[in-house]
Amino acid sequence: MTLSAAIVKRVSPSFAIDVDLQASTGITILFGASGSGKSTILRCIAGLMRPDEGRITLDETVLYDSRARVNAPPQHRGVGIVFQQLALFPHLTVAGNICYGLSHVGAAERNRRLAETARMFRIEGLLDRKPSRLSGGERQRVAFARTLVTEPSLLLLDEPLTALDFDNQSRIIDDLRRWNEQRRIPVLYVTHAHREVYALGEQVIVIGNGRVLAAGVPHAVLEHPTHPSVANLAGFENLLEGHVFARDENGGTMHVRIGSSGPHLEVPIADVPGGSVVTIGIRAGDILVANEPPHGLSALNIIEASLGASRREGPAIVADMITTTDTRFVVHITPRAFDRLGLHTGKRVWLAVKSYSCRIARNDTIRGGLS
Amino acid sequence: MDWQALGLSVRLAATVSAILLVVAVPLAYWLSVTRFRGRFLVESVVSLPLVLPPTVLGFYVLVALGSRSPIGRLWTEWQGHGLAFTFEGLVIASLLYSLPFAVQPLAAAFAQLDPSLRDASAVLGASPWRTFLRITMPLSVEGFLAALVLTFAHTIGEFGVVLMVGGNLPGVTRTVSIAIYDDVQALRYDEAATTALALLILSFLLLAALYGIRRRPWAASPLT
Repeated sequence: MTLSAAIVKRVSPSFAIDVDLQASTGITILFGASGSGKSTILRCIAGLMRPDEGRITLDETVLYDSRARVNAPPQHRGVGIVFQQLALFPHLTVAGNICYGLSHVGAAERNRRLAETARMFRIEGLLDRKPSRLSGGERQRVAFARTLVTEPSLLLLDEPLTALDFDNQSRIIDDLRRWNEQRRIPVLYVTHAHREVYALGEQVIVIGNGRVLAAGVPHAVLEHPTHPSVANLAGFENLLEGHVFARDENGGTMHVRIGSSGPHLEVPIADVPGGSVVTIGIRAGDILVANEPPHGLSALNIIEASLGASRREGPAIVADMITTTDTRFVVHITPRAFDRLGLHTGKRVWLAVKSYSCRIARNDTIRGGLS
Repeated sequence: MDWQALGLSVRLAATVSAILLVVAVPLAYWLSVTRFRGRFLVESVVSLPLVLPPTVLGFYVLVALGSRSPIGRLWTEWQGHGLAFTFEGLVIASLLYSLPFAVQPLAAAFAQLDPSLRDASAVLGASPWRTFLRITMPLSVEGFLAALVLTFAHTIGEFGVVLMVGGNLPGVTRTVSIAIYDDVQALRYDEAATTALALLILSFLLLAALYGIRRRPWAASPLT
């Protein structure tokens, strides 16, 4: 089964959605910042919102086609959706909620499916309860059960797990995986948390400002971002804009000046002409800190800086390093290393960055559509 | 105690409440979901009776129902008599006068409903009609109750409109509030006092029943 959705929707005078995306059997992540248009895309696919133009098909079934004037109502699309706010019916019991979408099946079949789904999501003991008497995780499982029991041909999930702690999240994700191994339908999963992309996705489609920015397998898309906003979403703490001022084909590197007068970085050579404006993404954990000028390292980039603000965040210390040219690098460092280096605000340090820790995203490329 | 007048008032209020519920539900639902830009105009028209002096409304209804108006003429051709100073005329006037008391609590209840519940229902295969019956209506019970009680109580107590449109015909248009007024004019204070007390107790019981069932403070205000 393959979902194919080409959607144009003008949401406001200044914001329009224009995407063309495919999702085949398995879990596809629709990844993007809040306000990038992900939920609107889901609503168009589910039939809760009408696109201005386009065509949405599920294999041979046409759900929407502006030219042929087809617009199937949501109740006839066979699409299941789990909302971020879950939208459980507060006046019905768990069993009533789960059976809501089964009005067309006979009583015997309905009870069989109710029992089977309740077992699968471990909510057998909750069937007589109202949603107000459920915990957050239980509510989430009921919402999944209510949708999956209808055996949809396409499943849309709109950030359904953001409110849950990690353990509950991974348990529901496991349930979902197991369920999908039997059914084999396309699942479109909307999120803005990059952790969920790695945990879940077989495919990822990155949405930014109403457009498809990148698509592919999560590792390739997020570890080698081709667009600054993808790098931002993928959790690169340092995004530095600069221009390529020299290319060294033999050495396999090119030289990038950050800002107009910032530090210069030697990064892996990429298919960009000299003079191009690029964004360099560096993870805060990939930067080495030394309290004297380091020698004999393979890292090509040694940058002098001084420690600005620093704060504890979970197990790590997040430190701002300000270079002599006033460029800021965010560095993650363990408290032990912090003490061993004798770091304090204003302390002079040297940052070492491997060329291969620098990801290059070209600023002027926005890939439209899927590749 | 004018039992005939009380009976007439109850009959009028029951008729008006029943008709208004049928009329107000679709109107209130439309007002709560529409993106029509002129919605505020419709809302203003519906709410006019809240601020208009009853005599003004009564005057227009009287003119509209009179034998010279198209409505009055059609009615006369059909029924053989005019609408003014009849029970039917009173019903029509009261429908207009009590419309906001039915529409506003309903529209407020519908608008308060989380729209994602309707979306969820549709995606689970329910038609808009089934969604209304199984989701919107049961979750708006309080709105229905408020609309019903307010319409009923308000119709029972109306005076100015009835006087303008209905006059004072015993058993036909002489409602309980007219009867009280009449008694006072004729210096029958004992009579007026019993009827007034009966009306007071009835109104109090209705509201007490409503507020007793609902837990939200001031749940039954027409301006919620």
